[in-house]
Amino acid sequence: MLNCKQTTKLLSEKQDRPLSFRERVALRLHLIMCSGCTNYDRQMGFIRKACRRIGGDDAK
Amino acid sequence: MNSERDGNTSKAAELWLQEAEIATLRRDMLRFAKLQLRDVATAEDAVQEALSAAYATRGRFAGRAQVKTWIFSILRNKIIDQIRSQTRHPTRSLTQDDGRNAEVGALFDDGGYWHKAARPADWGDPEAALGSEQFWVIFEICLNAMAENTARIFTMREFLGLETAEICTELGISENNCWVILHRARSRLRLCLEENWIKRG
Repeated sequence: MLNCKQTTKLLSEKQDRPLSFRERVALRLHLIMCSGCTNYDRQMGFIRKACRRIGGDDAK
Repeated sequence: MNSERDGNTSKAAELWLQEAEIATLRRDMLRFAKLQLRDVATAEDAVQEALSAAYATRGRFAGRAQVKTWIFSILRNKIIDQIRSQTRHPTRSLTQDDGRNAEVGALFDDGGYWHKAARPADWGDPEAALGSEQFWVIFEICLNAMAENTARIFTMREFLGLETAEICTELGISENNCWVILHRARSRLRLCLEENWIKRG
C-alpha cells in the first residue's frame, strides 16, 4: 500500500515516464481514498499546462 | 483599400506582426528566457536574436496563425544551445540538498502521510488564472525561488519539453536522479503556489 509521499513521487514520475500496470493500480487505489493526493495529481497537470503556456504554446 | 503598387509590401507586412503584437510577444519571450537563463542580459540577447532570425526568414513563413509558436521554437533552440554550453561539465552534485528539502519533507508524518494542515487543497478551477497577470507574477517568483540546478532541470523538462533521458545525458546524471529532482521541484512549486496564490488570492 502506497503512502502519500510515495504517491506524490509516482504522480510526478507519471509526467516523465509511462508507469507500469502495477504502479497504476497502486496509484488508483490510493487516490480513491486520499483527497490530498487527488488534488496534488490535478495540480501537477495544471502546472504543466501553465509551463506550456509560458513556452508560447497556445494550444489548449 | 490599398492601391495596387502597395500590394506586395503590404502582403509581406501582413505576415509579420503589428508593433503591439511584437511588444506582447517580446514580453512573453523574455519571461520564458529569463526563467531559464537566469540572467536578464543573456535572456534579452537570446530574445533579440530569435526575433531577428525570425524577421530575416519571415518570407519562408506561410501564415501568421502560428507565428508565435514558430518564433518561440527559434528561441527555444537558442536557449537549449546556451544551456548545453553552460552545463557540459557539471562540477557540483546535482542532488545536493540545498537545505530546502526539509521543507517539503516536513509535510508528511512519520508514516509518509500528509499532515492534516499540509494536505494539498482543492484549487477549484485554476485555469482561469492563466489569463491573470497576478498569477504569472507569483508563478515567476515561485520558479525563481528554486535552487538553480533544480530550476535548470525543471525548465529543461517543462519549458523546453526535453525528455528526461536527454536531460540526464546532457547533465551526466542518472535518469532516476532526474526524476527525484523533478519530483522535488514540482512539489516545491506546488507548495509555493498554494501558499502565495491560492491561500492569499
